[in-house]
Amino acid sequence: MALPSHASRLERIWHYTYLVICGLIFFFLVAPIIVIIPLSFNATPYFTFTREMLTLDPAGYSMRWYDALLTSDEWLSSIRNSFFIAISATIIATTLGTLAALGLSRREMPARAAITAFLISPMIVPLIITAAALFAFYARVNLSQTFFSIIMSHVVLGAPFVVITVTAALSGFDNQLIRASQSMGANQVTTFFKVILPLLLPGIIAGGLFAFITSLDEVVVVLFLAGPEQTPMTVRMFSGLREEISPTILALASILVAMSIGLLTTMELLRRRSEAHRTGRG
Amino acid sequence: MLKQIALGTTISVVALSAAMAQDTLTIVSWGGAYSMSQLKAYDEPYTEKTGVEILHEDKSNQALAGIRSQVEAGNVSWDLVDMLQADAQRACDEGLLVEIPHDEWLAPAPDGTPPTEDFIDGTLGDCFVPQILYATMFAYNTDAFPDGGPQTIADVWDLEKFPGTRALEKIPQKNLEWALIADGVPSDEVYDVLATKEGQDRAFAKLDSIKDHLIWWDAGAQPPQLLADGEVTIATAYNGRIFNAAVNEGQPFEIMWDGQMFEVDGWVVPVDTGDEDAIKEYLNFATDTQRLADQAKYISYAPARKSSVDLVGNFWKEEGGKMVETDIDMKPHMPTTPENFKNAIQFDTEFWADYGDALEERFNAWLSS
Amino acid sequence: MTDTAATAGNIPSGRAAGTGAAPLTTADGQPLKVALRRANRRARRNAMLLVAPLFLFLLFTYTIPIVQMMTRSVMNPEIAGYLPNTTEAIEDWDGEGLPGEAVFAAMVKDLNAGGRSTIGRVAARLNAELPGARSTMMGSMRAAEDLQAPFKEALIADDDDWGEQRIWRLIKRETRTLTPAYYLRALDFEYNQDGEVVARPPSMQVYRAIFWQTAWMSALITFLTILLGYPVAHLLATLPLKSANLLMILVLLPFWTSLLVRTSAWIVLLQQNGVVNELLVFLHIVDDDGRIRMIYNRIGTIVAMTHILLPFMILPLYSVMKTIPPSLTRAARSMGATPLRAHLTVYFPLTIPGLAAGVLLVFILAIGYYITPALVGGESGVFISNLIADRMTGSLSQLRLALALATILLVGVLVFYWLFNRLVGVERLKFG
Repeated sequence: MALPSHASRLERIWHYTYLVICGLIFFFLVAPIIVIIPLSFNATPYFTFTREMLTLDPAGYSMRWYDALLTSDEWLSSIRNSFFIAISATIIATTLGTLAALGLSRREMPARAAITAFLISPMIVPLIITAAALFAFYARVNLSQTFFSIIMSHVVLGAPFVVITVTAALSGFDNQLIRASQSMGANQVTTFFKVILPLLLPGIIAGGLFAFITSLDEVVVVLFLAGPEQTPMTVRMFSGLREEISPTILALASILVAMSIGLLTTMELLRRRSEAHRTGRG
Repeated sequence: MLKQIALGTTISVVALSAAMAQDTLTIVSWGGAYSMSQLKAYDEPYTEKTGVEILHEDKSNQALAGIRSQVEAGNVSWDLVDMLQADAQRACDEGLLVEIPHDEWLAPAPDGTPPTEDFIDGTLGDCFVPQILYATMFAYNTDAFPDGGPQTIADVWDLEKFPGTRALEKIPQKNLEWALIADGVPSDEVYDVLATKEGQDRAFAKLDSIKDHLIWWDAGAQPPQLLADGEVTIATAYNGRIFNAAVNEGQPFEIMWDGQMFEVDGWVVPVDTGDEDAIKEYLNFATDTQRLADQAKYISYAPARKSSVDLVGNFWKEEGGKMVETDIDMKPHMPTTPENFKNAIQFDTEFWADYGDALEERFNAWLSS
Repeated sequence: MTDTAATAGNIPSGRAAGTGAAPLTTADGQPLKVALRRANRRARRNAMLLVAPLFLFLLFTYTIPIVQMMTRSVMNPEIAGYLPNTTEAIEDWDGEGLPGEAVFAAMVKDLNAGGRSTIGRVAARLNAELPGARSTMMGSMRAAEDLQAPFKEALIADDDDWGEQRIWRLIKRETRTLTPAYYLRALDFEYNQDGEVVARPPSMQVYRAIFWQTAWMSALITFLTILLGYPVAHLLATLPLKSANLLMILVLLPFWTSLLVRTSAWIVLLQQNGVVNELLVFLHIVDDDGRIRMIYNRIGTIVAMTHILLPFMILPLYSVMKTIPPSLTRAARSMGATPLRAHLTVYFPLTIPGLAAGVLLVFILAIGYYITPALVGGESGVFISNLIADRMTGSLSQLRLALALATILLVGVLVFYWLFNRLVGVERLKFG
């Protein structure tokens, strides 16, 4: 946002004040997340920077909390559980969500707005209500405390994100490409796999990543549904935070932040790719 | 931080296939050092003897709701639940628990005394087998009070002599009793006063007088943590947790043996759960004289059988993943030791079964006002 | 949809409609109208088939369970089910004085016939309305076998609470198998002895206050996200795309970071021995005893939730601001408007759609929050969800009360969601 050359003194002052304010807001957004990373290397079990840490004395830092995390069977098995649940839920949610988005974007779809609103609703219904209802439901059909019930619940919570991102990708989609493909003799299936899918892939992957992170991060439903064999890492973190917050949690949190950065990069690359697609061929 | 407690989660045993279900029992308990004492005293010897695997779930703080929803759904996965006597009464009233014929199911004392006479009077319930007596009392961090800490309940309310934040459990139970005692009600009249509208007003007014200096905990592991972190100077806690923090971690904690309320904790069996014979066998083993005495090696809760008292020995401590015997005699740390027991108050489960709903609502209204 | 051409589906005929007088036909001789209609029907069916799997999945494993659960909040089966004789006999009682011998006899019969568990449930239900009714009920159940006619005297002799009118009025009232009692409770009303609906005594009122607190704290959090989000979104929308994309990462990083991680970060920062307090002490802004309590209270909830929900405000604002050509404000300026005036009268009105989307989204998400208030809210910073979760683990009547509270919350959320759909439209929701 460049300042015009004729800007008055007052405008200049305001302009720089504005930039400082924005800088502070960005700091507010990011600093809390970044600050836990150095703290997770704290040699002492406290949540503040020790004098040694501030003077960059190596003695102030240690890997002990990462050690504690990665040698603990409970943490490792709960991390495994979390990933197993998240990956399974993502595959199902992405499939169902993509199909639904394809249907919703057809002009012939009746009651489109109402049905979209319905499919998105798990995102906005308070989680405590969803969790209690799902628990009652799966308990009644003898499936509570199983991976199946947790995965299915996470499909419910993750699918709306897929519907949203794929619908958004489809809205930028040029339907003439379908006609072009079909006029050249491709049938519907070939058209879908050769033309539609490659163009939608960034949207689908983005939706899938959302579903994945939603499941991985979900606490309330698993608090109700998970038995000791399914305990995911979020449940452990939650009770840890409630009862005795130990730097081991910060070690796991730092790993999760690193993972978020990785996912974010993937998303950014996908976005660029899809933008290139659109501007190149649209 | 509290290594002891972190270890408790070790107990939540990992994946066992559903096919082996008949060789496992699922037991719900409180977690932390308490679950560990059960693991050491009951589960490990039992598994060694019978080969039955014990799965632990740390969900006792939601035991009543958990049992209810499982029973209503007709899908009970908990075989035995460790529960407070008051909640056990509610659950029993709701028909959620198996009624237990004590003399038929439980082991007699070594001298042949039947269980109904061996367990401490008033602790057995229709659906309830007691394990331990524990006390909830005030404890403080001695670092905060170099000239000596509070000695009576009234001292806890004295913010001038004993400054600092206090942590109380986020329930009306016990806190209202203490408020009345601090207000001068003799301890044997507390429940009569609390049954009246005026008494309730008085208790809430007394709590209100220090409300700005209170924070609230809801898991037994929290008070030692809060005391250790300096977030509070005085906290109510379960005596076993304070003992463990003081002895195992050398925390400067002192227990105030005045007006402590003792309560009973024990086993219940939900209806329609797994193999009744397997449950009976475990219950018989885990509540016999020796096992109850063994539990007191690992945590300072008093065994619920009279015949166990003399068998209580030294404290065993975790060191490098193994339990080792220390030279600390457990008897003086028991909440039932006469010296500690002088000013103890029995927690009235009947009173709370009647007035619990109403007082909980008022307590919540007061908390959020 | 960008495709606005009037062609429907894949009709082979390329002729424009309405050029000749003769009915148009397709290549295989069918009237065009019929073919069109058929093609339309087929396309419609295909679209619905694609949506069906997710739709049915949600309907059966999500919507119906929620509705089923909610219906339990009006259930009241205990008295009619477990005291059948009393229920029948008490129907004729006019509520004046004490009921007659027939009702007492029916009660004794029911007490004898019922098991511990059925009478226990009746007792728990009555006790929720009248503290102490439980022990009256359970005590007389144990004594019922030995009671002899006349039962009125015998029962009152067993426990003089039976001689009080209020327990009988309560029983008569609760013979209904559906009850609004839990909803009355959820809004801090109750029945008085005469069966009239009255406000509960002030010392027992809690739920309306918490609903109100949930609403105003959510509104405040929404306002704070506007305050922080608006300038940032504006900056991002006006910067060159390359630098905007780079800065966008700073907005998206919190969005992609686990909620629990962000909440623990705030605990680390704000607690008594946390980073912020240490810093303040180090800088001698506060002294060691004067550390500020910033967490486990309302401040904790507000700060953490503002941080967590801020991206939900920035993203919709940004996507709307991006479409506003900068030439508009420039034009206003060139016509003599001050920068402030140009902003307020030209730019700001154009951002209202994004603002509306952000406001509704943040507010809807905020009022249902559970995890963050539970971890950092202490007592004063709780939301209605926390109260619901608390009550769900209590006695049966507390559970039904929790469901009544949950239903009220859900209805509130759905109203705002409906508003969101009307004003913004879900299909406009976008992330990243």
